[in-house]
Amino acid sequence: MSDTHAHSVAFVRETAIPPAPPPATEAGVIGWMRQNLFATWANALLTVVAIYFVYLLLTGTLPWILGGLWNTDSLAECREILQGKNAACFSVLTERWNQLLFGFKYPDEFYWRPGIAFILLFLAAAPVLFFDLPRKLLLFTAIYPFLAFWLIWGGTVWNPVFAALGFIAGYVVFDLYGKQNFAAGFFGGIVAAFVVWFLAGYIVPAIAPEQPVLEAVQSRDMGGFMLNMILGVVCVSLSLPLGIALALGRQSSMPLIKWICVVFIEFIRGVPLITLLFVANVVLAYFLPPGTTFDLILRVIIMITMFASAYIAEVIRGGLAALPKGQYEAADSLGLDYAQAMRLIVLPQALKISIPGIVNVSVGLFKDTTLVSIITMFDLVGMIRGPILASTEWNGVYWELFSFAAVLFFITCYGISQYSQWLERRLTTDHR
Amino acid sequence: MKKSVFLGALTVAGLAAGAAAAGTLDDVKARGKLNCGVTTGLVGFAAPDANGVWQGFDVGVCRAVAAAVLGDANAVEFVPTTGKTRFTALASGEIDMLARNTTWTFSRDVDLKFEFVGINYYDGQGFMVPKSLGVSSAKELDGATVCIQTGTTTELNLADFFRKNNISYEPVPVETNAEGQQQYLAGACDTYTTDASGLAATRAAFENPGDHVILPEIVSKEPLGPLVRHGDNEWGDVVRWTLNALIAAEELGITSANVSEMSMAAGSSPEVNRLLGTEGNLGEMLGLSADWAKNAVMAGGNYGELFEKNIGENTPIGLARGLNAQWTDGGLLYSPPFR
Repeated sequence: MSDTHAHSVAFVRETAIPPAPPPATEAGVIGWMRQNLFATWANALLTVVAIYFVYLLLTGTLPWILGGLWNTDSLAECREILQGKNAACFSVLTERWNQLLFGFKYPDEFYWRPGIAFILLFLAAAPVLFFDLPRKLLLFTAIYPFLAFWLIWGGTVWNPVFAALGFIAGYVVFDLYGKQNFAAGFFGGIVAAFVVWFLAGYIVPAIAPEQPVLEAVQSRDMGGFMLNMILGVVCVSLSLPLGIALALGRQSSMPLIKWICVVFIEFIRGVPLITLLFVANVVLAYFLPPGTTFDLILRVIIMITMFASAYIAEVIRGGLAALPKGQYEAADSLGLDYAQAMRLIVLPQALKISIPGIVNVSVGLFKDTTLVSIITMFDLVGMIRGPILASTEWNGVYWELFSFAAVLFFITCYGISQYSQWLERRLTTDHR
Repeated sequence: MKKSVFLGALTVAGLAAGAAAAGTLDDVKARGKLNCGVTTGLVGFAAPDANGVWQGFDVGVCRAVAAAVLGDANAVEFVPTTGKTRFTALASGEIDMLARNTTWTFSRDVDLKFEFVGINYYDGQGFMVPKSLGVSSAKELDGATVCIQTGTTTELNLADFFRKNNISYEPVPVETNAEGQQQYLAGACDTYTTDASGLAATRAAFENPGDHVILPEIVSKEPLGPLVRHGDNEWGDVVRWTLNALIAAEELGITSANVSEMSMAAGSSPEVNRLLGTEGNLGEMLGLSADWAKNAVMAGGNYGELFEKNIGENTPIGLARGLNAQWTDGGLLYSPPFR
């Protein structure tokens, strides 16, 4: 066979041509630009226009940012130094830094307390967020809420200790009786917890020392970004379990539970958050006896949590509805009871589907915490709109302050979003 | 934990319900602190400074009342309120008095069941124009474009004023003061109108305040004053006469500098003596100590001193006394006699 063409073909190549480098127009930077930026005339035009706009944006903002002043005492002084030049007056951030982060009434000698609580927050959240970490770390997560409360609010250490004891008592009772009868364990646990808290109401004042180790700070003294963080973290972490319970309750076959959940969800979702906040702040004041101050932060936490849990419940219901019916039936055919079926088969899949929605609600909720500025709580935005812009030194500084607020919120929300994407990738079990 | 706070709150609520029956004056004395409602921040009138200490003209009234009642100008818990929460805060008893640039109107006094105890600032709607426009009176604004906050009484006052003077104008509706400020600076309107004190504060924030003037015409009445709840006349008297004491002190030449000296012993002026408690028993009638007025003046000075320090002509806000001068100087401040 090899001779067949030996006479008709002058040359037969016996080795492969060594690979040549791709043409300069198809590789490297130029190739990438040709493919992505200048593929067609229309693309090239759009690229040029886009570059022009980026240029405009940067020439507008960069000198403003880079030429900014950081250590003047007032806006008037800034303007004097700048002499009409267009540059930022960031001095407001340096001068009011502590107020922006902690509010204007948190005692400055105690700033380290919320600072430590903030750092410990990452330690406490880590085992929940990254489930590859050792499970024993969850113990610290369980302690953290009480520790953080004690650090931020101060006062006698016995308050958070007894609060924790109440939860422990509730858990012990649930553990004892919940195995035979879920309802008995559940309600028994709640009763036990309340008994402990009720007794604590008498014990704590008796044993509390005159001078607590950490001096107490009132709720109305909280403010700044700290308040946003407190509200955001507490409300997100409370609304997730509540939302799951509501979503399951809505699918329950027991009419009473089902209708309670439906009415709750539909009512809360049908009301704007700001209305709920006004109820918390203003309307409750009419119902409580005069002179009572049922902690405002607690009221707001309750309202925001209710609001967020209704939304999360609907997101999770979407996840539950997306599961094929076969999954439920498979669980039944294995002889699992309701709690086991939900915990082992249905919820892990439903929650995975719901992650983007849950993150969406959480990010929205975190940003919604700035609404409390309308009911005279001095969160980050409240601090800016109220005291700082109303001071004679800084009246008229808008861009610098609101950009700072935007940066803080962006960092937090982008972090949440990145985590959720990591979580989705980590949980991927299907074959795409 | 949250639950225990809740239970604790309910317990406290039960106790407080019993105590609330007593008068506000007794409550304040028992508490050792005055709960005073202020704005969340208004330039010159109330705002915390870099150290978190409240400063301002309205704040000065709160401090004077605290000093008169408790003898300590710092025994005040400032409760910030917004335009929406201020009346409920007062009605529900969360605050003892409200000193928050609130206009005294019929319906607020009668229908909302409050009692305005006096007027600490006579405000009114004014106009601001760029100097380059060359206008010296609002009546020369024929055909002008006017930036105006929609849905406010200022909008109605504006229409009335122009109709009365038979001149025309073109409204440019804006939503907030900040927006009005921007529109005005951008040249979207020839003049910006809102309360005169607000105009002054807005102008103070401009890069070149000197390029803008506030016209002399005031086209509406906005009397601002502290208020208390209906039905507790003893407490109303305390706040009313503390404010009057500040005004009378200016009229009588009592300042924070000379008040200690003047209150040492009875002087030649009987009214000063009665006011400062060296003669008569006015303090006792109010249920306060004899040196109540002295303490009130010591807290931040008399009315004139408070004005000059916070919003007067030497501050960035630079308000002239105008209507807020003593009646002897052609203003409206007129304290009933201390007798």
